[in-house]
Amino acid sequence: MTATVPTTAALALGDDALVLSHRLGEWAGHAPVLEEEVALANIALDLLGQARALLSMAGDEDELAYLREERAFRNLQLVEQPNGDFAHTIVRQLYFSVHQHLLYTELAAGDGPFAPLAAKAVKEVAYHRDHAEQWTLRLGDGTEVSHDRMTRACDALWRFTGEMFQPVAGLDTDGAAMEAAWLESVGDVLRRATLTVPEGPRGGAWSAGAGRQGLHTEPFGRMLAEMQHLHRSHPGASW
Amino acid sequence: MATAAAHRTAAAAAHDAQDTAATTAYERAFDAAVAADDRIEPRDWMPDAYRATLVRQIAQHAHSEIIGMQPEANWITRAPSLRRKAILMAKVQDEAGHGLYLYSAAETLGTGRDELLDKLHSGRQKYSSIFNYPTLTWADVGAIGWLVDGAAITNQVPLCRCSYGPYARAMVRICKEESFHQRQGYELLLALSNGTPEQHAMAQDAVDRWWWPSLMMFGPPDDASQHSAQSMAWKIKRHSNDELRRRFVDICVPQAESLGLALPDPDLRWNEERGHHDFGAIDWTEFWEVLKGNGPCNEQRITQRRRAHDEGAWVREAAAAHAAKHNGGTQGARA
Amino acid sequence: MTDTDWPLWEVFVRSRRGLSHTHAGSLHAPDAELALRNARDLYTRRGEGVSIWVVPAAAITASSPDEKDPFFAPAADKPYRHPTFYEIPEGVKHL
Repeated sequence: MTATVPTTAALALGDDALVLSHRLGEWAGHAPVLEEEVALANIALDLLGQARALLSMAGDEDELAYLREERAFRNLQLVEQPNGDFAHTIVRQLYFSVHQHLLYTELAAGDGPFAPLAAKAVKEVAYHRDHAEQWTLRLGDGTEVSHDRMTRACDALWRFTGEMFQPVAGLDTDGAAMEAAWLESVGDVLRRATLTVPEGPRGGAWSAGAGRQGLHTEPFGRMLAEMQHLHRSHPGASW
Repeated sequence: MATAAAHRTAAAAAHDAQDTAATTAYERAFDAAVAADDRIEPRDWMPDAYRATLVRQIAQHAHSEIIGMQPEANWITRAPSLRRKAILMAKVQDEAGHGLYLYSAAETLGTGRDELLDKLHSGRQKYSSIFNYPTLTWADVGAIGWLVDGAAITNQVPLCRCSYGPYARAMVRICKEESFHQRQGYELLLALSNGTPEQHAMAQDAVDRWWWPSLMMFGPPDDASQHSAQSMAWKIKRHSNDELRRRFVDICVPQAESLGLALPDPDLRWNEERGHHDFGAIDWTEFWEVLKGNGPCNEQRITQRRRAHDEGAWVREAAAAHAAKHNGGTQGARA
Repeated sequence: MTDTDWPLWEVFVRSRRGLSHTHAGSLHAPDAELALRNARDLYTRRGEGVSIWVVPAAAITASSPDEKDPFFAPAADKPYRHPTFYEIPEGVKHL
């Protein structure tokens, strides 16, 4: 595969969607209430659809998903973080979907190669964002227990959020402006949810953030091993 | 319509009055409605036993949908292509949705979802025994779609004409949505059967393991089925267990041939005289053992269900607390 | 506080513009906003709707089957409310 400019970007965005979809798929049969089984699966299916479209821009979707090594994946470290409790999943959704919404809104408005896909996906992502915001408000401002769980989740995942605004080759987006908009939106939701905006670092040596360069966190290797093992066990087979 | 408080008014009134003449009039109206193939609706008077039978059956059906998510969800994270992964996620999601439709139907009879879930978690209500078998390979996802969903559809299509309105309506919606479930399973197995020798063997192994349990899904033979006769009289059930099982076998035989897979029954052959296939004896000891809780996955399935429910308690409580803080939350809404 | 505090909601879906909302089913939700979203996820995931209403089940007042006769029987003997009641000579159009 030649690393033409749109390929790098297609992999970055496609891997984000693929990996997060996979994580949400792990909730099946484990959600806190039946209605939420249906909601999480809807989001996972939207993301999987985006992933397939994006990976297909870069090559064969299954080859890319099932036959790349860990270091070849270009997703954010945020999306590969394990589900944790429902609070962690919701905060991960909040952090990511606000970012994805801002990004796809900008891509949809442009005339680049991702504009048609972004125009469709932005509607899906707007719903994901709304879902995350609704739950953040309820869990943040729910019981003492839920407030504590949300605080822990917000803090734990905060360090993975700086990476979202690194430049990606082939995406002509204004990272700084997007980061400012993200901080404002997320800050607003957290405050309305009676939560405190975390103060830890979001970039630099002690924060995470090299997923776009192919460096991932420990849980990711395990996730890929599970995702790829069947496909890899039958080389060349079709399914 | 599920107006919780109002469901039982007619029945309760009838009882409170202890007016035998009135009750008899209600009974006559009920019997006439059933006889005329009219539907019974939530607020109509109905015999207590009819109500209890429906609650038991609909609850068991709902529980089967949500426990039935587990064996298939077991393969979501390992689905071997992105297309298959999307299909499987959509299918497992549908099962959650179908569980919801059915719990809603049960609620129109005055029994809340919490109460039903509690009975499931404590073992007082059952779910279909088929889900106590494990999904050991990817081909099991196909076998479940083809055979288990196939058997379920054979059972469910007649339920669309069940005498109880809300149950019948839920089944119409479910049958419509499930039409893709069986096809995707068949297509999955076909791809394996036509694939590498390893894939073909995987498909045959799955069919070997799922065939007999699928036949057991229709329930015990007619002469040993304790609820059947009354349910048929009430038109909750339209066909006997054995009748539906026969129909299913007749449907499956040519489908298996097209798949290039064998059904694991040496006694299976066409009987010209009866116009049906003859098939071997079902191991009813296995059926009763699995039903009693001694199947390979009974413990695992119910433990996971309980854990998901318990671990979600704080979420449900938080949302309820939030709603109570912010205007009670029960104003209607539009979108 | 227990789970039972999530009330039951009735869901009405408009399948396409020009049609009225019809009852689709019910669900549980802690509040109206989530009820609406759950309804969207549950009852329109195959593109079945363009608009949704959710109504607390407890807010519905229903006619009772006991009142069936006084409520609905009197309307059954007024055939003159229906156009088929009237005989019009053949050939008369636009009536």
